[in-house]
Amino acid sequence: MSAAAVSEQSHVALNGVVRHYDGPPAVHALGPIDLEIGRGEFFSVVGPSGCGKSTLLDVLCGLARPTSGSVRFEGRELHGEVPDGIGVVFQEDSSMPWLSVRQNVAFGLRTSSLSEKEVAERVDHAVSFMGLAQFAGHYPAQLSGGMRQRVCIARTLVLRPRLILLDEPFGALDQQTRLLMGDELLRLWRETGATVLLITHALDEAAMLSDRVGVMSARPGRFIDMVETGWPRDRDSRIVSDPKFGTLTARLWSSLREESLKTMGRAA
Amino acid sequence: MTRRRAVLFVRIAVLAGLVASLEICCRTGIIDPLTIIPPSDMVASMIDRVGSGELDESIVNTFSTIVLAFVLAVGCGTLAGALVHRSSRLRDVADPLLASYYSVPTFIFYPLLVALLGLGKAPLVVLGVLSAAPAVMISTLSGLDSVSPVLLKLARVHRLSPVRTLWWIVLPAALPRLFSGFKLALSYALIGVIAGEFILSGTGLGYAISFAYQSFDNRAMYGLMLFVLLVAVIANGILYAWEGRLARRRSAG
Repeated sequence: MSAAAVSEQSHVALNGVVRHYDGPPAVHALGPIDLEIGRGEFFSVVGPSGCGKSTLLDVLCGLARPTSGSVRFEGRELHGEVPDGIGVVFQEDSSMPWLSVRQNVAFGLRTSSLSEKEVAERVDHAVSFMGLAQFAGHYPAQLSGGMRQRVCIARTLVLRPRLILLDEPFGALDQQTRLLMGDELLRLWRETGATVLLITHALDEAAMLSDRVGVMSARPGRFIDMVETGWPRDRDSRIVSDPKFGTLTARLWSSLREESLKTMGRAA
Repeated sequence: MTRRRAVLFVRIAVLAGLVASLEICCRTGIIDPLTIIPPSDMVASMIDRVGSGELDESIVNTFSTIVLAFVLAVGCGTLAGALVHRSSRLRDVADPLLASYYSVPTFIFYPLLVALLGLGKAPLVVLGVLSAAPAVMISTLSGLDSVSPVLLKLARVHRLSPVRTLWWIVLPAALPRLFSGFKLALSYALIGVIAGEFILSGTGLGYAISFAYQSFDNRAMYGLMLFVLLVAVIANGILYAWEGRLARRRSAG
């Protein structure tokens, strides 16, 4: 298949992507990686700690250039700049404490050419979509960790991104909140039709949310397994009681166990 | 009563108690009025002196010098802090110097400054800046250090220009620490200028206090001291209230 044909079919395509960090000591962090993510797909990446998951996200959205290989988004190659149409939600709380919830969400549109009315409409929609309408005038310090992360998701949502990248967005939340936030994320994915790439260390989260899960090796991170979940598009956290959920999680763990042991300096 | 109001009430009560005790001690002769005059006399003297207009020129001179020193210290300190923050090598050199800066009594340079710049406003401004700018520089460094890397990543995701990143993200994120530096700078500029006037200058409130002291005019001296103290407390109070408003947004509750 030619590169042009690949880019027409896939929303995101990585070809032979390798990322080194200059030393000392020099580190081979990632790759080589070949990956295609289809338009509207929910793709998750799991891997042991330090395997280069976040580096993959940085390369994928244009925050970092690959040392070799290419990244294409909607057929166009990225050159170290985040293109229009990509939204990123980080693991760390990136809400701005000096802005109210509403101002935080509107921040995403400060540089847009939209009219004030359009901005207000989009912000209102994103704020109520994420269940923050009652807290629009609050400041982040007055919200829980889960709600602050919702603010960050809403800020990404107002941009109407076609590709949403999430770097362990629920990593700091408790298990119950994570499950509920997973439901919110699935609803967002269904209603926006965006392509979603989720980086996570939680196997159950990946198994529950994704159409497809890529399992990464210990550093340098490469894909060692691809798991199709086969879930229907209309799903929520209740699928954790489906026996297939256990089978999927077990498969992910069996692929990952040896790699996780490597990161602990132990053989299988 | 809220906790904040209760604290304010106790604080005012403690101060009022101290002032009342001093008043009683002075009035009953426990404290010799040649040493300290009663606070009520200090207030009366302050009103007389300031109301008479004889100090207008000194007041304008002193406070314009303080404002000039403060503005220059904030400008130079912020700029120097930002430059040092950009270079790790410069930082390695500057950090220990800044940490030990306030062990140097800058007033010892005043005669040198007078020799270089004359007896006008200039040496006082330089003394004020020398006292205040390092505090601003230290707080700028600490403020810039406190900007979360994820917010800088966010700026790149939103494709913000360097100026917008500075204006929309870096400055607001660093503001609480910058503000602490500004507060210190105001105090240091005030101390630097008034102490400079006190030691060698021929004008200003510091000189007027020194003159009253040397002429054994206790009433004038305490009236002027009270005036300087009140202005310093009010100026700091304004910055403190402003800082409190900013901080309340950023903290829960």
